Amino acid sequence: MINIQLNEVPFGLAEETSLYQLRTQQKPDADILILNGFPATDDCLLKDEDQIIMIKRGEIPAASQLEALMMARHTPGVHSRIAQSTVGIAGAGGLGSNIAIALARVGVGQLVIADFDLVEPSNLNRQQYFIDQIGLPKVVALKENLKRINPYVKVKIYEGKIDPQNLRKVFTAVDVMVEAFDAPEQKAMLTTAHLQQSPDCPLVAASGMAGYASSNRIQTKKIRHNLYVVGDQATAAMPGQGLMAPRVSIAAGHQANAVLRLLLGEQPE
Amino acid sequence: MNMRVNGEDYQAETGLTIGQLLHRLGLQAERVVLEINTNIINAADSTDTELHDGDNLEIIQFVGGG
Repeated sequence: MINIQLNEVPFGLAEETSLYQLRTQQKPDADILILNGFPATDDCLLKDEDQIIMIKRGEIPAASQLEALMMARHTPGVHSRIAQSTVGIAGAGGLGSNIAIALARVGVGQLVIADFDLVEPSNLNRQQYFIDQIGLPKVVALKENLKRINPYVKVKIYEGKIDPQNLRKVFTAVDVMVEAFDAPEQKAMLTTAHLQQSPDCPLVAASGMAGYASSNRIQTKKIRHNLYVVGDQATAAMPGQGLMAPRVSIAAGHQANAVLRLLLGEQPE
Repeated sequence: MNMRVNGEDYQAETGLTIGQLLHRLGLQAERVVLEINTNIINAADSTDTELHDGDNLEIIQFVGGG
């Protein structure tokens, strides 16, 4: 008996089983065989601890299969905790679209995303949309893109403006909230309203990520109980200092990682 | 009166309002999150509110971009 991993799941085999025999038994329609990280071009005998991935081109794995694949890529205990969580994202621009994609890739169970805006050509300089999505509501386009990455993440969208009156209704039962707006007045409004209305729910906000100053100035800071602010807290978007993909996605990465740390019971700072 | 603003001592005349203080600091009420004695205050709606001796303020300013 030899023990291998087949599609990230432990699997026992009779001695002297070959790769192609295993394919015939387990997945005869597989056209790609990856053995220990490399595409296999020839048959060979399998040995203890071999890792085999069998793929049929274009086939979408079932939810349970994808979960096994994701689980194997995450530290034990991480996947099950984040799969049960809900994260709210206010704004689906440069920050929000990048944050949503990062959180869908790590396997956060549910995302609630709100934005009132449509995809415009100039958004493509930093936001996670495609040229054929111009004119679509951002939340609709983002949901489409998230489904293409991980169809098993639940995505709830709200197309409209967020204000102190609808904030709690739109973002009900979120474990962590994210401020990903563009205008400073909107950022301050959301942060103030959230801290007043949901003081027990952590908020990850952002301030200062325009231009192309050093990446290392972008930091995650704990400001007070349940308020974390990402950015350099200085570089505002203005003529001559536009918003550009690298720094905006660095800030979004900080925010997504702060969310992940909070979901796992760690301090983001 | 003596207050604390973002962790530092701040002296001002009695009757100073939130709006006047923000103006002196070069800040816009609509762009800040204001905490006074651990309570979050809606700064834009409270510009006429007077501050008091011993108040402890934390002011977080947001800049645009996202």
